[in-house]
Amino acid sequence: MDETKKIDLKNTEVRELNRMLQKRDGNNFNYFNIINPMGAHAIATGLDNEIDVLIDGHVGYYCAGMNQQSIVTINGNAGVGVAENMMSGKVVVKGDASQSAGATGHGGLLVINGNASARCGISMKGIDIVVGGSVGHNSAFMAQAGNLVICGDAEDGLGDSIYETVIYIKGNYGKLGADCIEKEMNEKHFLRLEKLLDKANIKDDPKKFKRLGSARKLYNFDVKNIDGY
Amino acid sequence: MRKNSNGRESYLFDRATIADIQKAASDGIYKIRGFGAKRKVPHFDDLVFLGASVSRYPLEGYRETCGANVDLGTRFAEKPLSIDIPITIAGMSFGSLSANAKEALGRGASSVGTSTTTGDGGMTKEERGHSTKLVYQYLPSRYGMNPDDLRKADAIEVVIGQGAKPGGGGMLLGQKISDRVADMRTLPKDIDQRSACRHPDWTGPDDLEIKIRELREITGWKVPIYVKVGATRTYYDTLLAVKSGADVIVVDGMQGGTGATQECFIEHVGIPTLPAVRMAAEALKELGMHREGVQLIVSGGIRSGADVAKAIALGADAVSIGTAALIALGDNNPDLEEEYNKLGTTAGFYDEWQAGDDPAGITTQDEKLAARLDPKKGGEKLANYLKVLTLEAQTLARACGKSHIRNLEPEDLNALTLEASAMAKVPLAGTDWIPGK
Repeated sequence: MDETKKIDLKNTEVRELNRMLQKRDGNNFNYFNIINPMGAHAIATGLDNEIDVLIDGHVGYYCAGMNQQSIVTINGNAGVGVAENMMSGKVVVKGDASQSAGATGHGGLLVINGNASARCGISMKGIDIVVGGSVGHNSAFMAQAGNLVICGDAEDGLGDSIYETVIYIKGNYGKLGADCIEKEMNEKHFLRLEKLLDKANIKDDPKKFKRLGSARKLYNFDVKNIDGY
Repeated sequence: MRKNSNGRESYLFDRATIADIQKAASDGIYKIRGFGAKRKVPHFDDLVFLGASVSRYPLEGYRETCGANVDLGTRFAEKPLSIDIPITIAGMSFGSLSANAKEALGRGASSVGTSTTTGDGGMTKEERGHSTKLVYQYLPSRYGMNPDDLRKADAIEVVIGQGAKPGGGGMLLGQKISDRVADMRTLPKDIDQRSACRHPDWTGPDDLEIKIRELREITGWKVPIYVKVGATRTYYDTLLAVKSGADVIVVDGMQGGTGATQECFIEHVGIPTLPAVRMAAEALKELGMHREGVQLIVSGGIRSGADVAKAIALGADAVSIGTAALIALGDNNPDLEEEYNKLGTTAGFYDEWQAGDDPAGITTQDEKLAARLDPKKGGEKLANYLKVLTLEAQTLARACGKSHIRNLEPEDLNALTLEASAMAKVPLAGTDWIPGK
């Protein structure tokens, strides 16, 4: 149905909202507009439909958590763990995001137009995350797969104990985390980054980015690496 | 032995300690092993039941009914998990265990109407397919975590810690990372896989409350949510977990098993199950939720129906078994003595569960070794064992005059040692004295 279903969280419980968005009430709307979220937690979690959800305002913890298929746009800032464990679909934060944005995400695309706080992309497992601004400390900690694009700067501990996630960063980074190193950027990487930026609808020059990833020296425990632990 | 030697082995530097020091000096790495704490700590053996006599009236052992069922998750869940016996199978990962072992656990548990639990690495089809009641663990690593499996679960267990390593996270060494395990965990093959020690997107009890709410939203408030902690500050952990919205508290004492952990962790972190169960029950009583509202599952060193009955008498609603379940499947079976000898050990001592070369086919990902475990036969053995535990617990409950195992209470117990008396807060046998009271 092309009509947009408008839901005012001033007079709707999050539990009822998610029931609608998860289609447990049998509705056939494809477009939803949520107003007055007022920082409520767990908005639009557990979605598994090709629906479009526009949230006007700031959201609390775990907005769009474990998202599948849906496109969720937040016209505001997002609290802790936005799009955590996302499987597929797309989540866009027009403002800034708090800690652990995209944590453990397995797939899909998370776009943060503003800045992201600490641990952005922690333990990410295949999700792509594009941050228009900067990220806080220990971003991509133990990141396993997927891409983290940072158009701004990163604080200390970037990529600590990283596995196979690839980090692209335009600005400066502090002290890198254990086993994270800067790597060569070739045409293949420029192309990949260009596609990621396009998908995120963020205009930037891939040639200005650096690539970081795992040195793979800590993959197997070895006492010789004791300084890295 | 030299003439002048007094022939006395040092208590501090005994042969085992000397061997450990020499191995550390030689290899430059600490000891990692499976199993649980092996040193003697106060346990349920240090308690005895006060069977009925003149002042109490027993139930007839082979005739009168003694209930054993437990309803878990009655606080918020639309569909509480009802089990027929007060014994569940603890979380153990596919990766640490073979697929056949997971299937056997599911078969055994299902045939007696109880639940089994996933572990790190996600849910396997073998396990879901053969477990009529399956608890899905939500762990810090989130390996294999996905909302589809979450919705297939009969309950969710948010794991904060386990008894063998509270605060320690986990480890799956490269030799156990098969293609399938690597794929489920989205990690390269053959690397040593760390399982994080803390959750990536929440830190304290206030966050936990929001996390639990998110999990309920994703699963439509249908299934119970457990919170599992390793036994340390158990009283406060229980209070905080309940206030965070848990339906069920799972407390794992220091004797609880592990697939692979540093030995210094296994033996030196956490408190025994004996005080932990009493502390958790006290917290629930203080909140007015003991035996009504929030259920308590206790694990860590449960071996017999006596252990089951004593844990319940001290306040648990049910217990969980892990190590004992693997032994029931065939772990440390003397029939495999020759093969244990080849590995430099002997049946009864084998704890190299991290190594991946388990001759019983349980703690391995080697296809040939895993094929040795027939999941049907394994399931039958486990079911037999679970029945024995239940019958034993019922026998003891009847002797104390209880028509349901859950009616056992601390008043039915005495302690044999000062330590057990202080920890369990039941009187030292023959006295009405409890240290500290």
